[in-house]
Amino acid sequence: MSETQVQTEARVSTLDDYAGVVGTAEIAELRALAAPLKGRSVQMVNSTSVGGGVAEMLIRVVPLIQELDLNIRWDVITGGDEFFAITKAFHNALHGGSYDMPDESFQTFLAYTEQNRARMQFDCDFTIIHDPQPAALIEARTNRSGHWVWRCHIDLSQPNRRVWEFLQPYVNRYDVAIFSSPAFARRLPLPQYLFYPSIDPLSEKNRELEPECVSRVLERFHIDPDRPILTQVSRFDRLKDPLGVLRAYRLVKRYFDCQLVLAGGSASDDPEGGAVLAEIQEAAGRDPDVHLLNLPPWSALEINALQRASTIIIQKSLREGFGLTVTEGLWKKKPVVASAVGGIPTQVIHKCTGLLAYSVEGTAYQIRYLLSNPNIAARLAEWGHEHVRENFLITSNVRRYLTLFLHLLR
Amino acid sequence: MRAREPFQFATAVYVVRIGREEATTLLELLKGIETCTDASIFNHTFQSLGRHHFLTEGFSNDFAQWALTSSNRHALAEQLASLDIRDYVSMAELRSDLRRLLFEYCEENPREAAQAAFETFYFCESVEQRVPLRLEAWTLEEFRDAIREVGHGTLQFHYITSRVRLHLRTNDFSHWLSKELGLRNLARKIDEIDIYTNTLDSIRTTMLQLIGKELGQ
Repeated sequence: MSETQVQTEARVSTLDDYAGVVGTAEIAELRALAAPLKGRSVQMVNSTSVGGGVAEMLIRVVPLIQELDLNIRWDVITGGDEFFAITKAFHNALHGGSYDMPDESFQTFLAYTEQNRARMQFDCDFTIIHDPQPAALIEARTNRSGHWVWRCHIDLSQPNRRVWEFLQPYVNRYDVAIFSSPAFARRLPLPQYLFYPSIDPLSEKNRELEPECVSRVLERFHIDPDRPILTQVSRFDRLKDPLGVLRAYRLVKRYFDCQLVLAGGSASDDPEGGAVLAEIQEAAGRDPDVHLLNLPPWSALEINALQRASTIIIQKSLREGFGLTVTEGLWKKKPVVASAVGGIPTQVIHKCTGLLAYSVEGTAYQIRYLLSNPNIAARLAEWGHEHVRENFLITSNVRRYLTLFLHLLR
Repeated sequence: MRAREPFQFATAVYVVRIGREEATTLLELLKGIETCTDASIFNHTFQSLGRHHFLTEGFSNDFAQWALTSSNRHALAEQLASLDIRDYVSMAELRSDLRRLLFEYCEENPREAAQAAFETFYFCESVEQRVPLRLEAWTLEEFRDAIREVGHGTLQFHYITSRVRLHLRTNDFSHWLSKELGLRNLARKIDEIDIYTNTLDSIRTTMLQLIGKELGQ
């Protein structure tokens, strides 16, 4: 085991544990699908083992694929503050922002990539590289024996040209690319597949909770359980538009005595979180019904409780990858009001599994509509839950990987 | 009664490949429907219905959904949604009717046909991987027991997408019940269950009720 290899937690859910959620038949079908792949090797590579949707997904997917008798490992690239400042700038630029780093930053990026390439081994049947940070590791490909897959979790529909022109030659060398929405894909000379991200219904963040547990968390954060709670859970990031959420809340507040919870934290590869939080604190002023919760990465239980206690879940992102916090809200049978960006419309089918909005005012209107029509809110929430069960649970993600592996071996 | 050939249960899993065509107007949607692959037509109709089977109102296929929510063309959406995939045994036939409805609408409403939709329609293809299950039925009792335990993928494969595979206007279950057990009435009733207003689970429940009656239970 290399020093960058991630050990998934000792007590993880087994496939049989998921039968209670998706049914024994679905699990039996997974086993049948995996049988021809027994013994095949798989390597997952990403940039952080803690925080963020990708790491959360890998923590769960890796043990399940292992249980299906595939030989899978998960490696994390390393880099200092300098490297992650560059990759964060890449991230924002690929979402359409500007890129203000000097030209030398590209060489720095490649130098760290080379360090990681030298430290890691690439000898698997399937190598899955997640997101742009480790994308240039394709340089490590020495023969055509294994299949290389680039799994892009972010929205590449309007990338900054300078950054994309640097990255694209590396991406073009993969066998296939996977995106979370067709809207994110680029014109590339390789087949592109659509994989929805997923959540784990048995994880600390999504499992059922006792009402007492939910109450304790509300009490701890001084949130009133008897008044409507509007919640957005996401990293403190400008692309999540927390200031827009605050403005929407203030519009709703004219008509409903509600509270706003903005709960987030920061991942180890995101240096901007503190500055964004300060901006929100200043904008929120002394409103006692605005709860800004800067939570550490180990707050899954608290996030779970806050989502379950919420009346409405908001995700007013300006740009979004897929939006796993939307998935989490839908799974908990909560009505969701969200922006029609990125992968959100795939999850929130307007007027079927939630409501979409396109502005601060629209977001406020949809929230008011749901607060005024709880029966409609409950029906949307019920169908939203089924949508997640059918398409966005971790077992679906495992199924997609297995199906792709079989397809690549044809 | 015991069949001469057992019903062999299988399932199908899919990955979705992102296609080249996309549409921002109804005219572009028409062009995309004319030029996309059969796998794309399948993905946006048969396969999409399976992915959204839990929506028992307001959803029929991706084209109708886009016409409604992204183009705000309610009448066209209704027409596209009215196409019943059970009437089709080939993608060519289904494509032809989708094309005809869109063409007629665009001819009658040229201004609306060229208006930009709120969101882009992306054509995607279903890539299928069939997986045989170690499950078979020789009798109606065994068939009932198997129906109780199979997953959604299996129900969708045998009940919804089977028409395209069989090129018959029926489903795998009804075909076998009729051919192997001679239960034509039961086969017909099962085939008549409305896949648009039922979930896969409620289709299963109705099937089990019908089989139960046949078995005198």
